[in-house]
Amino acid sequence: MIIDALAKMGRDTISATATTGRAGLMLFNALWAAPNLQKNGPLLMQQLQVVGVQSLAIILVSGLFIGMVLGLQGYTILVGYGAENSLGPMVALSLLRELGPVVTALLFAGRAGSALTAEIGLMKATEQLSSLELMAVDPLRRVIAPRFWAGMISMPLLALLFSSVGILGGHLVGVEWLGVDSGNFWSVMQAAVDLQDDVMNGVIKSFAFALVVTWIAIFRGYDCIPTSEGISKATTQTVVHSSLAVLGLDFVLTALMFGE
Amino acid sequence: MSNDSIVQIKNVTFSRGERVIYDDISLDIPRGKVIAVMGPSGIGKTTLLRLIAGQIKPDAGAIEFDGVTINKLNRQALYAARKKMSMLFQSGALFTEMSVFDNVAFPIREHCKLPEDIIRTMVLMKLNSVGLRGAAELMPTELSGGMARRAALARAIALDPQLVMYDEPFAGQDPISMGVLIRLIRSLNDALGLTSIIVSHDINEVMSIADYAYIMANKKVVGQGTPQQLRKSESPLVHQFMAGEADGPVPFHYPAQAFDEELAEVLKA
Repeated sequence: MIIDALAKMGRDTISATATTGRAGLMLFNALWAAPNLQKNGPLLMQQLQVVGVQSLAIILVSGLFIGMVLGLQGYTILVGYGAENSLGPMVALSLLRELGPVVTALLFAGRAGSALTAEIGLMKATEQLSSLELMAVDPLRRVIAPRFWAGMISMPLLALLFSSVGILGGHLVGVEWLGVDSGNFWSVMQAAVDLQDDVMNGVIKSFAFALVVTWIAIFRGYDCIPTSEGISKATTQTVVHSSLAVLGLDFVLTALMFGE
Repeated sequence: MSNDSIVQIKNVTFSRGERVIYDDISLDIPRGKVIAVMGPSGIGKTTLLRLIAGQIKPDAGAIEFDGVTINKLNRQALYAARKKMSMLFQSGALFTEMSVFDNVAFPIREHCKLPEDIIRTMVLMKLNSVGLRGAAELMPTELSGGMARRAALARAIALDPQLVMYDEPFAGQDPISMGVLIRLIRSLNDALGLTSIIVSHDINEVMSIADYAYIMANKKVVGQGTPQQLRKSESPLVHQFMAGEADGPVPFHYPAQAFDEELAEVLKA
């Protein structure tokens, strides 16, 4: 029994190591060549539209609501201590440091990551990737690379937009509805938020999440078993694995950035 | 034959995991001919095409295409060799986000720096040769199965390759589409001076246009010859395949214990 469990653990470890190796090789082979802007520029623009612009609606609406909830919850707690003037920094710091990058990454995994996996998986199942190879066109550079860069560029921008709209949501509830002083809201926020510590650290987090989520999404599609069941499993894995990876990585990054 | 061969497969062994697909097979594909590769389902006929295209590598042996050993090439040389060959996939594998025109133009745009009006002329010529000039602006989802395969054929010949490989080109086609495809494969082969390899188990259709055929089974080439020679073959395996008999050297039953023994066990239980 123990031997069986050990053997299974060994097999799982070997399989996980092999998967990580394949994922690394895929990304390396997709990205090592010098970019050909004339050929890849339009492909990148197209993917920025699909991955980034089409994720705007869910990001903006979610950002607004999360900001409004933060404003409401924050006010309810702070007013008990007579500290409602600190609502601005509370909303802004929560969003810039944590909620902006993390929630954007989770929403991005659900909205764009799953779509990337399903699209690449279907291209594999319908032999489109093979036919590219047979036409002497490298699918890694043609299909994988533009999608990867689109994810890397879009997600930090989406996270910044998420935080900005969230702050406006917090303002809407805190100032317009609950009566916190508008000048106080903005000036205390400006004094408390540091460009390097808060905004830049949030952006760095966002880049890290973009790397993890996009990499998992495109690899799961590229490596999936090309059947309907395989694609469905790969899509689920993308959402589950990237969400867990984002949350785990967030703790590590937070500890590195803000831990003493 | 070997001096005039475009593809030579020499003593190739290939296995997937534990399962041996090919055990020391050799075959020649003469230039300018239509060659059929036939055999029961699941014996790895498509694998043979992927080996020739260098998508997978054999465990042992050599695959030569137009004077170079495909399985020894680096990536750059392999991609250069692939510009001289093309493959028609069973599904057609058209790019679903592009129109038929853009699908056919795709390999030309990728590999040649040509003005758009010349590309347009080339694409329309290719589409005309498969009878789909009028469908140039349609999307792949708007095509019937037969039309999709013809559009894919136009794309496969877009760069005037020396070798076209057809993976089950007749599977799932109605009699009219099938007849059209059969005539197209033969006429394009002769008009463009191609070499065609057709992997199929639609014996009558393939035999009507093939110059030479290989029959594969049990990890080996079990028969080869012109269609007439194969029809007269006395090999039981070739005979079973050509006549479409259910039982013979390729058994009807999946290996199992004797039926009466199994029934007796069930009754006893």
